Amino acid sequence: MINVSQLKKGIVIDHIEAGHGFRIYKELHLDRIDDPVVLLNNIPSKKMGKKDMLKIETDVELDMDVLGLIDPNVTINFVQEGKVTSKLNLTLPREVVGIMKCKNPRCITQYEKVDKIHFYLVDEEKKIYRCEYCDAYTRFIEE
Amino acid sequence: MLKGRHLIEPGDFTIEELESIFELADQIIANQDDFMDICKGKLLASLFYEPSTRTRFSFESAMMRLGGRVIGFDNPANSSVSKGETLADTARVISCYADIGVIRHPREGTARLVSQAVPGMPIINAGDGGHEHPTQTLTDLLTIRHELGACSGQTVGVCGDLLFGRTIHSLVKTMNRYDDVKFVFISPRELRMPEYFLSMLPEGSYVETDSLDDVIGGLDILYMSRVQRERFVSEEEYVRLKDVYILDNKKMAHAKKDMIVMHPLPRVNEIAVEVDDDPRAVYFKQAKYGMYVRMALISKLLGVA
Repeated sequence: MINVSQLKKGIVIDHIEAGHGFRIYKELHLDRIDDPVVLLNNIPSKKMGKKDMLKIETDVELDMDVLGLIDPNVTINFVQEGKVTSKLNLTLPREVVGIMKCKNPRCITQYEKVDKIHFYLVDEEKKIYRCEYCDAYTRFIEE
Repeated sequence: MLKGRHLIEPGDFTIEELESIFELADQIIANQDDFMDICKGKLLASLFYEPSTRTRFSFESAMMRLGGRVIGFDNPANSSVSKGETLADTARVISCYADIGVIRHPREGTARLVSQAVPGMPIINAGDGGHEHPTQTLTDLLTIRHELGACSGQTVGVCGDLLFGRTIHSLVKTMNRYDDVKFVFISPRELRMPEYFLSMLPEGSYVETDSLDDVIGGLDILYMSRVQRERFVSEEEYVRLKDVYILDNKKMAHAKKDMIVMHPLPRVNEIAVEVDDDPRAVYFKQAKYGMYVRMALISKLLGVA
């Protein structure tokens, strides 16, 4: 296994389902921060067989809501001086902005460019959200 | 305070706010002359991206009866949309000229999108596809208040296309916010209220049936609706379902003496012409109430009354 040095300060996103790591990297806009970021793909895991992992050495606050939508089973560890100081349990976000697209073919957002559509959680189990414009229900499906 | 607000769906306003609009509509009905100049100098932009003579005339006559004036179009070919301008840009430009905007558009959610582009100008949704048509609901509620005294405590039968009926969904959702309202949903199995919709209603607040005859005697309001051809993929299915319910004098004989019959119009065959002469048929009066409630709404949103 590739050895990546232990993180001194920042965030470790662990137990990412194999294959989801890059999506999370993109959605957290990690390409836009100047700090070191390591994405590990397909690393062996006793629990999961294979998993992805992200290590981010940063002070920047990240919007973790999106993680609850993409992969609610991930573990988020906040690290200070090489030690995990707190963990974050994820739930599905009540409101999602700019990530989903409305599936209603009659919705105005299919015809006019709308940058950040708000969606509101309707059904947690099925990951169903309501469009702020047409109120139609859309199921979040991972790309 | 309704001044400067948008009306995109009835849920945008509290019941108290809706009641304040109805109270103003009552005053307008009682003393029209007192209100004939209150919108003098104000301009309403009437943006109709699809034809709708009835709704457009209702809004425009409402504004003119308040002393205001109207600009606008009723054909998108006459707007800058034909030049590729976005709706948001069109709205921003129009907000430089007009004080209030009314929009009808075939795409769902358009009114909300436009309202976000012009936070300073009140926008009224005059119908956005199959989504919402809030002033129809305001019209229905004002009619009920005037004909029956109050919206609370009524047993409302809604009959016809309950699956696709935008007007009916909006009415039921809003009536459900009043106290002690019971619903009787009358439709063929294929056009039942959607499950998700029923799940929003409190348990015990409704019954479903496919027989109008069985339930008409217990209703305070019978709201008839048209089965819309454009909602069906199969013409055969449309033909089979379109005339399932025809309200005639024979059926009306079993209804309460003070029940009212409502319909958003236009009707096709679902109400026999012979019912028009029955004093309980209020569907043509509804159109008049529609103009009054729009007068009240415009006045409230402009903050002139």
